[in-house]
Amino acid sequence: MTGRETVLARIRAALADVPSEERPDDVPVPRDYHRSHTGPGQDTVALFAERVADYRATVTRTDRAGLRDAIAAALTRHGARRLALPSGFPDELLPSGGWEWHAEPLGVPALDGLDGAITLACAGIAITGTIVLDTGPGQGRRALTLVPDYHLCIVGAELIADDIPEALARLDPTRPLTFVSGPSATSDIELDRVEGVHGPRTLDVIIVDPGISPQS
Amino acid sequence: MTGRGVVWLGSPPFPKAAREALKDGRLRANLKRATTTIRDKRLAVASELDDWEALRESAAAIKRRAARHLDRYLLQLEESVTAAGGTVHWAADADEANRIVTGLVSATGEREVVKVKSMATQEIGLNEHLAEAGITAYETDLAELIVQLGDDRPSHILVPAIHKNRGEIRDLFAAEMGSWGRPAPEGLTDEPAALAEAARLHLREKFLSAKVAVSGANFACADTGTVAVVESEGNGRMCLTLPDTLITVMGIEKVLPAFTDLEVFLQLLPRSSTGERMNPYTSLWTGTTPGDGPQAFHLVLLDNGRTDTLADEVGRQALACIRCSACLNVCPVYERTGGHAYGSVYPGPIGAVLTPQLVGIEQTASLPFASTLCGACYDACPVKINIPEVLTHLRAEAVAAKGRSAEALAMKAAAAVLDSPRLLGAAQKAAALGGRALARGGHIGRLPGPLHGWSDSRDTPAPAAESFRTWWRKNRENR
Ligand code: SF4
Repeated sequence: MTGRETVLARIRAALADVPSEERPDDVPVPRDYHRSHTGPGQDTVALFAERVADYRATVTRTDRAGLRDAIAAALTRHGARRLALPSGFPDELLPSGGWEWHAEPLGVPALDGLDGAITLACAGIAITGTIVLDTGPGQGRRALTLVPDYHLCIVGAELIADDIPEALARLDPTRPLTFVSGPSATSDIELDRVEGVHGPRTLDVIIVDPGISPQS
Repeated sequence: MTGRGVVWLGSPPFPKAAREALKDGRLRANLKRATTTIRDKRLAVASELDDWEALRESAAAIKRRAARHLDRYLLQLEESVTAAGGTVHWAADADEANRIVTGLVSATGEREVVKVKSMATQEIGLNEHLAEAGITAYETDLAELIVQLGDDRPSHILVPAIHKNRGEIRDLFAAEMGSWGRPAPEGLTDEPAALAEAARLHLREKFLSAKVAVSGANFACADTGTVAVVESEGNGRMCLTLPDTLITVMGIEKVLPAFTDLEVFLQLLPRSSTGERMNPYTSLWTGTTPGDGPQAFHLVLLDNGRTDTLADEVGRQALACIRCSACLNVCPVYERTGGHAYGSVYPGPIGAVLTPQLVGIEQTASLPFASTLCGACYDACPVKINIPEVLTHLRAEAVAAKGRSAEALAMKAAAAVLDSPRLLGAAQKAAALGGRALARGGHIGRLPGPLHGWSDSRDTPAPAAESFRTWWRKNRENR
């Protein structure tokens, strides 16, 4: 017998008490939890900003007109000069000045030599202060937001979901999905929280009202 | 030896190991501080969600549905993963899983792999097996790195190096990093930030050059083939993204019916585990994606005793465990003995119910007695595993298997943990009284007084949890 046959046979033998006519749907799954934990009329975008900041990420809120300046301010504040630029990132948002934009495709050693990455996001989650990347336009391959030490992420306000159920319903599971809630962290040494281990040690988030769309 | 891994070779039985652990004052202080901290954080974030109970009910029911139709869901998962470009392997036991993984690594021609924390691969002893084949496995989770450099064993599910303090970690890094790769920086201090930086530098070259990664999985969705890894440090993302080949070893019980079920577990797991609203990074991937991440993905489905657990109608609920470690942090016995005393990859209350079921009760008869049946673990468990119920059930089996009375087994475990002479005296007195009054046919009913919690067996399935807990608290605080 192959491992597969052995395991399946063992499972079937172990489940001898389950009536053969029982279907998965016959096992009731109550779904009495809330679809969202935001309050009625609550400002979701403000909540998102507050919750992201709780993770010690820097959050800026701006509108379309102020976005270029907000990007320039964040990069200046962090001292990031050489930046990874994902395909589909809107060129008109890039501030002029002494920044070097390194366009995809970028190999891992190249990414390792850069100061940071600038990307869009595909969703935000207010209750948990999470940004979601699905490698779509303006977000880059997964390595782009992982290898450099700094990540500046721009989230359109209209992409911010109230809570996890709503966000998951909007996502496409066939794409690689990365949920980011603050900078990388560890509490492995005497439970002292240290920000920044292997992922970017600094996360800046800019929320744009109304939204922006990537270049197609 | 069991052929299944799980338990550590040569580990003393729980009572003996616990007695040793209790002598270590610093260990107990570390544990107490750690478990109290995480416990408070967990309570704070869990109470933010006023439908916590509804989420737990739902999670338990989803896991029940998955378990009762496990064959169907695994076949569906196999189909989805295969359709998305992955390859699924089935391993009946540890040996088979090790052979599969070693074969896959060897086929790439690589001699090194990076690993992200996976209890399943610890359970099967994969690193040792790879080493025999001349392949070095690098643990990349900070705590696992500490454990690996120290040739040590993990003692907690979430913070495996909880038993080591910063000074010990500094010394270990300074002494050992050089023999595994990039040495620790000169003049390394014991500041946690400096130690984390040393780990970052040490592992970076491994991540950037690794061609093969081995990971565990928190969840896998049958309908879409999506696999999830929940983590904090970014080492998971490194392992899941940068290498060419990814091998994920997953217990068969991790399968969820649907992608949408993640909406329940992604709310429960981070809050129960690290006490955060959300952990820093969660990665979801489905097969392979051209031009992004590993182009070869292997999913190894591991049985290794899980089907024996599934066959037990009472014990099967333990398979719902999502390894959050909340039950460890609330357990009065764990807090006193630490994780090593359990002699298993799975410590604490969940270990006390899972280990005997995975490897057989004969080898681990004292483990189901490593509990006061106070019920705190059940209250904390995000998937509502009734750990006291399973413990009670396993105690009866241990008695039957060992041909010894529950009293004898219980006394050994209790005597080890209730280490103060005064408590022990009270316990012994109660045991003597209870034993005389209540023993019948090798079984005892319930011991009066402080020991009754230790002695519940099949005859007395409903523990008076509240009274014991009150008793325990009072006596602990008086010390
Ligand atoms: S038994 Fe429950 S509380 Fe304990 S680790 Fe598993 S899921 Fe968490």
